[in-house]
Amino acid sequence: MKYLTEYRDADLVKKTLKKIEKTISRPWTLMEICGGQTHAIVKHGLDQLLPDEVELVHGPGCPVCVTPLELIDKAMAIASQPDVIFTSYGDMLRVPGSNGDLFSIRARGGDVRVVYSPLDALKIAQDNPDKEVVFFAIGFETTAPANVMSVLQAQNLGLENYSILVSHVRVPPAIRAILSSPSNRVQGFLAAGHVNAVMGYWEYEPIAEEFQVPMAVTGFEPLDIAQGILTCVESLEKGEYVVENAYRRAVTKAGNQTAQKIIKQVFQECDRKWRGIGVIPGSGWCLRPAFQEFDAEKRFDVESIQSEESPVCISGLILQGLKKPHECPAFGTKCTPDHPLGATMVSDEGACAAYYHYRSHLTRQGIESS
Amino acid sequence: MSEEYPTMEGPVCPLPHIESDRVVMGHGSGGRMMADLIRSVFRPPLSNPVLEAENDAGVVQPTPPESLAISTDAHVVSPLFFRGGDIGKLAVCGTVNDVAMVGADPKYLTASFILEEGLAISTLQKVVASMQSSAEEAGVQVVAGDTKVVSHGEADGLYISTTGIGIPLTKNEIGGDQAQPGDVVILSGTMGDHGIAVLEARGDLGFETNVESDIAPLNHLVSVMLEASPGIHVLRDPTRGGVATALNEIARQSNVGVLIRESTLPLQPAVQAACEMLGFDPLYIANEGKLLAVVKREDAEKVLMAMRSTRYGEEAAIIGEITHEPRGRLLMETPLGSKRVVDTLSGEMLPRIC
Repeated sequence: MKYLTEYRDADLVKKTLKKIEKTISRPWTLMEICGGQTHAIVKHGLDQLLPDEVELVHGPGCPVCVTPLELIDKAMAIASQPDVIFTSYGDMLRVPGSNGDLFSIRARGGDVRVVYSPLDALKIAQDNPDKEVVFFAIGFETTAPANVMSVLQAQNLGLENYSILVSHVRVPPAIRAILSSPSNRVQGFLAAGHVNAVMGYWEYEPIAEEFQVPMAVTGFEPLDIAQGILTCVESLEKGEYVVENAYRRAVTKAGNQTAQKIIKQVFQECDRKWRGIGVIPGSGWCLRPAFQEFDAEKRFDVESIQSEESPVCISGLILQGLKKPHECPAFGTKCTPDHPLGATMVSDEGACAAYYHYRSHLTRQGIESS
Repeated sequence: MSEEYPTMEGPVCPLPHIESDRVVMGHGSGGRMMADLIRSVFRPPLSNPVLEAENDAGVVQPTPPESLAISTDAHVVSPLFFRGGDIGKLAVCGTVNDVAMVGADPKYLTASFILEEGLAISTLQKVVASMQSSAEEAGVQVVAGDTKVVSHGEADGLYISTTGIGIPLTKNEIGGDQAQPGDVVILSGTMGDHGIAVLEARGDLGFETNVESDIAPLNHLVSVMLEASPGIHVLRDPTRGGVATALNEIARQSNVGVLIRESTLPLQPAVQAACEMLGFDPLYIANEGKLLAVVKREDAEKVLMAMRSTRYGEEAAIIGEITHEPRGRLLMETPLGSKRVVDTLSGEMLPRIC
């Protein structure tokens, strides 16, 4: 496990935490963008070890959580049709739609399969020429290269039975939306290292400058996260509103240009609705007109489906960093991983699920005593 | 039964199928084909006087004990064969281990088979041979059995349901509700080997590992442990749901807290790597040849040493302890010194998107 153990080294992490403590002179509110980072922070208990002056708020970077309800309903409508094999990343299967989840479609006889990559879905399409194979193409910039690659390969192979249900989202417009909100409290960002590995961080510099907030490109192991926080706090203390790279082993400023090129070839920017937040202009990617034939929404005529969210769920406020999961009245009571009301309780990367799994005895006690 | 059993001729329900190399519906008919299948496939490897009596029930004569331990388990696994084991070995070890986990010595098994039409007889023979070698290692006899055949497509090859009967080795009560604050938690070896081996055999990993399933009969390990100490309070094999689920059950049943230390958990590097890549947590991955023991603190070293002297306990480690609080919950201390809750999974473990 070289390349992992070093970044989980307790002594190195503690040294970095000490440095944060020495550097910090006043309270700062930081947001980690990515759900993978939220998961790691809570799993390793990093938040318990940080100095009180650092407040971490959890960002909207869980692709499962922000996928809008109507997309799930559309997925379910497609997956219910005969002669369809619906393929998806595993954790999308349990996200509640308006009426059940994709697991319930499978239980009713639908052919819903978990795949690890859209290229596996492509293989299924090749092996089942008499079926329509649909891949649920959700995610941030991280998953986009593989998704567009599947479309390009389907085109090369002349596969007519493959399509994708696209719900891609992009980080920079989300950061802009958070910073533009009148209730924003975030003073610095830990940028999502995996996203930056693909996209680089050239898009982030104008935002840092415009809104006067520093950002640190941050990885996912405890030491990476501690280093990201230290870098961000150092910038804040110095009053420097720059983007620093604290994840150099994976990220360059320019990013993976081959990946960016094929994304641009297949996708174009579009407005996208984020679950619990609403429409963020220019925050999505959808298929370019030249690739419309691979658009599952058009192929299955589900474009008109509209859906309403549970009125109790505050996942929108959580995704914007305005509330913590245990501040929700339904947390751990009406809303649990067994019966999630919103997507943030479903995925491991969702802030509510992370709190429930790793912190619930603390937060439940908190609720009981308050 | 007469040795001059007639050869398979003439119509046998539902279709004549002489000396088939595949299971057909007729093998479940109760007629001659079924008898032939039993005679040729099941009896030779599993043979013992109780089974040879060919009665509707096996009659056994154990030393009259004051109590019996009985457990039953249905075994379904896809694929039927994987690195380190197969459904036959699983069907024997799974039930043997369940009986052993109450501190009993498993003596007898019954096995009932549901076969899918079309299953290769050679496959069935391999599975039965594997059952026999596991039964021999565990020292149990298969004393009764049953076979049914279902149409092609109505089962996945074959399913085996086994029931085990064992005789308690100790008068002390061993059970999930016996954990006491101050007790020590021991795990007999590495976590998650079985689950990862099966996922790989299914082709679900998308990459290759050299991980072998850990399936093994643990009754000898248990008897060595019981000889070493009367202070064993809980034994549990962390099968489906893994170590985390088993410890959560113990915490709930005994109404105590369980605290484990992440840095002490035995884990093969290949299993850890596979879990990292898929977003799985090895604490929730199935084991089939491991046990958790909750032991009186003063006896812990003694039990640990005894375990390490056996084949299936070489890598045993103390992984934590029983606490007063928080009742009914499992906590884990991370290498950084912080603590987090380790909850029970709500359903299937789902691979994460990225």
